[in-house]
Amino acid sequence: MKAIELLTQALELIAALAAAPLFLGWVNQCRAWLQNRRAPSIWLPYRGIRKLFHKDAVIATSASPLFRVAPYIVFGAMVVAAGIIPSMGTRLPFTDAADAIALVGLLATARVFLALAAMDIGTAFGTLGARREMMVGFLAEPALLMVIFVASIISATTALPAITENLATQTLGLYPSLAFTAIAFTLVLLAENARIPIDNPATHLELTMIHEAMVLEYSARHLALMEWASALKLFNYACIGFALFIPWGVSTGETTPLGLLASIPLLAAKLLVAGAGLALIETISAKLRVFRAPEFLAVAFLLAVLGLLVHLLLGA
Amino acid sequence: MPATTPFDLQLLNLCAALLLLLSFAMLAQRRVVNLVNLLATQGALLFVATLLLAWRTGERHLYLSAALTLALKVVFLPWLLRRLIRRLQVYWDTEPLLNISGTMLVGLLVVVFAFGLAQPIAALASTATRNAIGIAVAVILLSFVTMITRRKAMSQVVGFLSMENGLFFGAMSATYGMPMIVELGVALDVLVAVLVLGIFFFQIREQFDSLDLHHLESLKESQPLAPTRSLEEKR
Repeated sequence: MKAIELLTQALELIAALAAAPLFLGWVNQCRAWLQNRRAPSIWLPYRGIRKLFHKDAVIATSASPLFRVAPYIVFGAMVVAAGIIPSMGTRLPFTDAADAIALVGLLATARVFLALAAMDIGTAFGTLGARREMMVGFLAEPALLMVIFVASIISATTALPAITENLATQTLGLYPSLAFTAIAFTLVLLAENARIPIDNPATHLELTMIHEAMVLEYSARHLALMEWASALKLFNYACIGFALFIPWGVSTGETTPLGLLASIPLLAAKLLVAGAGLALIETISAKLRVFRAPEFLAVAFLLAVLGLLVHLLLGA
Repeated sequence: MPATTPFDLQLLNLCAALLLLLSFAMLAQRRVVNLVNLLATQGALLFVATLLLAWRTGERHLYLSAALTLALKVVFLPWLLRRLIRRLQVYWDTEPLLNISGTMLVGLLVVVFAFGLAQPIAALASTATRNAIGIAVAVILLSFVTMITRRKAMSQVVGFLSMENGLFFGAMSATYGMPMIVELGVALDVLVAVLVLGIFFFQIREQFDSLDLHHLESLKESQPLAPTRSLEEKR
């Protein structure tokens, strides 16, 4: 294990922790611009988190210890996930611990604890949000796994950094299978991060909400961790997308200081474009009824499986 | 692997994959007008694929069939169908027999089946596009599913035409196209079939006031059939 690899790992974690709220702020800003509103400051998510950390926590009397522990588990799972996604370099010491399938498992762990905590208090909203989240989750997870399988089959490994390295160093070609799975992944990203066709992230106290309904009972530092974790989740998903479909710019092979340095502005550029794209998708699409969500995710699953089949048949 | 395949073959593969995707889009689409648009897109893709293949192999007759595809499947038939839709005022199909997610899953199974079915054929063929035979078979079978799950005559005709597209693509990828005479014959057949079916639509609507084909399932007018019972009554 070399010093530079440790440095890459540390940089990635710090970047994820620091840039996740910024990315969220950027998406919100783009959304406001596209909707002809005055945009909130890009730093707003940071201010929100700081403000929440300074407040005193209020916890319902019926809350079990699970309710107090859940934010730390969810946040921890997201940080670990950020550690194993190659966003800057592919030689990461942490990544031996978990491959892409374990990454999906990590994200699932966070979801389960979030849902359990939401049901723990016993309010109607929490239970409702938890059940919807589990419905979306159980449909989105197979699609996400299928997406990962396609990339894994192409590169003959399930380790995320190896996949990235393989895809980044391959000669350019048209991959219909990867194109299909990229669309499928975008759909999964929208569904998993409570974005607009499935859930409206700007809503609060509405009957259709999913994510907000689950964190309704949280306050102060717990809420801050939950919000930070959800920003991290969005950031992680974006980075998984980059690792699978836009792997260029990540420093491959032996990490060199120069390659590492070059990968930082490239990651920032990718995030800028992805955030603007996400805001665009959210602006031009309308929120689906909850009962249409299975159809939306069935399309994602279908596209991912089609990608797999097309790859197996055409080898492309 | 794309690293070694030439670019035009990659483009052909992309066309094949998109054809498969379009078949699924047809399976999910409930608006008849959009169904016709999808059919026109399918025709356009077929045109591009034929041109690419003609350029690649240097076969003259493929240019002709590409032109035929453009004229017939991209321009004329969609125009005819759109006109029929306007005149018959059928914009929506009724709810398909299976819900959309269910149909999609059935479609996926059909694709797996088709790919398995095409494997021995692909092993026999010697063309560069032999891998796409599986996709052609899948498009044909998916069009079958489209026809089976729809009730309105219009959607069934679109399914029928898309099946013909699949056959055309299959012939193209297996043997670089059928002989010109066969192709011309099939094209004329399809043309006449659509014209005749257009007249049929008006007749069906005249009789039943709708284009829902399950009215055609009962053989006699106005009375539910039970021929065996009537025999027994006579005894």
